[in-house]
Amino acid sequence: MRRLLFLLPLLLVAVLAVWIGWLLLSGRDPQALPSALIDKPLPPFTLAALPGRSDGVASTDFGGKPMLLNVFASWCVPCLAEHPVITKLGKEDGISVLAINYKDKPADALAWLKRNGDPYVRIGADADGRAAIDLGVYGVPETFVIDTAGRIRYRHPGPLTPDIVDREIRPLLAELAK
Amino acid sequence: MRLRPILAGLFLALALAAPAHAIEPQEQLADPALEHRARELGQELRCLVCQNQSIDDSNADLARDLRTIVRERLTAGDSDDQVLEFVTARYGDYVLLRPPFRTGTLILWFGPVVVLVAAIIALMLRRRRRALAEPAPLSPEESRRLARLLDEEKAP
Repeated sequence: MRRLLFLLPLLLVAVLAVWIGWLLLSGRDPQALPSALIDKPLPPFTLAALPGRSDGVASTDFGGKPMLLNVFASWCVPCLAEHPVITKLGKEDGISVLAINYKDKPADALAWLKRNGDPYVRIGADADGRAAIDLGVYGVPETFVIDTAGRIRYRHPGPLTPDIVDREIRPLLAELAK
Repeated sequence: MRLRPILAGLFLALALAAPAHAIEPQEQLADPALEHRARELGQELRCLVCQNQSIDDSNADLARDLRTIVRERLTAGDSDDQVLEFVTARYGDYVLLRPPFRTGTLILWFGPVVVLVAAIIALMLRRRRRALAEPAPLSPEESRRLARLLDEEKAP
């Protein structure tokens, strides 16, 4: 019995090692922060269109059906990396993806969209980044899932990958569309 | 070699050096009282891009925007708590460098104290048990062995 007690520290270290190993290997980003706005309505914002376009985006554009809100910028490299994933969601899955163009030069944003394709239903320019701060954005890209009532149901900080879309976003969108 | 005064001067300079802030002159408020409050708040808020610096210490764009927002809220007449609320409503408790006192953070606040008290109690119990435990009387086999050992010592 006493002998077993001496094994206790070893056991504790083993448990700790398994736990840390699991955290490391799960592919979870330790810097990703949970959103403070989950299940809350979108904060009110109205953003003007990029020059030469007539859309713009406002918080009142959401609702009715589940939609995605993507925060992007032409200067952001991970945005380029996730762009094919967003494009597939918009063009192939037929999901309405609305966008906030974060702290960008309008001409750069338009050129970027021309070069890489424009899967967005509407785009609003957030030149000073205030709408993004109201949304709790702390880095681009970020993607939100907005439900039929215009509430934020999910937020992914960082680039979307096909894996995240399959595991988290598609199931959620399907559930919300019911 | 007159190294000592040079070293003394160097250490004095290091001791006097204030921590570097990232706040730029044009960000500062004209009212020194408000600016002082803004600095105090800036030390409480975490820069979410770098995560281990306060917004006052960080050069990140988002940190600068948050510093500006803090100053705007203060100028608009918000109390310090209202400013912190404004930021936590958007970024959650994580943005506060000092975790708030809540049911969810009780372990954070009291965990170390509980572990320390538990350790002290465990040590005290152990000591008392040791002091109380009377050595068991020798078994007949042990007495024989002891006698034999003592005999061996006497023999030579």
